Amino acid sequence: MRNLLTLVIVLLLSSAYGIWFRKTRGTMKAHSNPAVTEEEIGDSFGSRLTLLQFSSAFCTPCRATRALLGDITKGLSDVKHVDIDAESHLELVRKLDIRSTPTTLILDSRGVEVGRAVGAPKREQVVDAITPMDI
Amino acid sequence: MTTKEKSAQLPELIDPRGPRVTASITLIVLISAFLTHSTILVVVQLIQFTIGGFVSPKKAPYGLIYRKLVQPRLGGSFIGEDIRGPQFAQKVGFLFAALATIGAFTKVDLLFTIPVVFAIIAAFLNAVFDYCLGCQIYLLLQRATKR
Repeated sequence: MRNLLTLVIVLLLSSAYGIWFRKTRGTMKAHSNPAVTEEEIGDSFGSRLTLLQFSSAFCTPCRATRALLGDITKGLSDVKHVDIDAESHLELVRKLDIRSTPTTLILDSRGVEVGRAVGAPKREQVVDAITPMDI
Repeated sequence: MTTKEKSAQLPELIDPRGPRVTASITLIVLISAFLTHSTILVVVQLIQFTIGGFVSPKKAPYGLIYRKLVQPRLGGSFIGEDIRGPQFAQKVGFLFAALATIGAFTKVDLLFTIPVVFAIIAAFLNAVFDYCLGCQIYLLLQRATKR
């Protein structure tokens, strides 16, 4: 009986965590971090924005994110999608406090972070975040 | 780029519904083990995690159940999942199940209960929320252990 009660509590807490996790994944949030350089990512920045994606070898949501960001940036000349392997950039991962994959940072032309999404980002949010304000 | 190089090696891709069904069976087995304090069920789960983690998730008992009994009935197409993700998760499961097995045989109650509860949480999140354990802890492990 005591075991059953423990089990129910454990499953309820796990559900609460699972629901919170689902809700918060992929939402864009502002962070302030030291600027990233082109050397650090081993690639050049986009002329206006760079979508810097951190991936790990066998993460399924990373594949979905890669496809999504590739698709969004396909028709844009001033926004570039750069996908890097987190494992081989551990120094940068620590500097930017990347904890899980995929994590996507939006960098301005100087490499300053203007937003980040932990988990597979949502299309509308990315589109909103990269659409220029001054139209 | 390393990610590109890695994908160029073409990792083995599996049906992502397989690991999810495996997690569901795992959840049922572990809950039963927890409620009845069953040594046999924990050993069954340890065998599953050992083969799934160190041989292949496809060759482990629940993977075989999925491929023989469930998959033929589902049909339809799927986007393949890199086999190394589920395999990593099975290795993590192996650690929990190994501790629980030791706890069961040595009759140390907490050494049985705590790992089983953790494994239940992981299997539950995987089965119900499609939670990718590897995505959450793999990088943290790398950060903590490598320079």
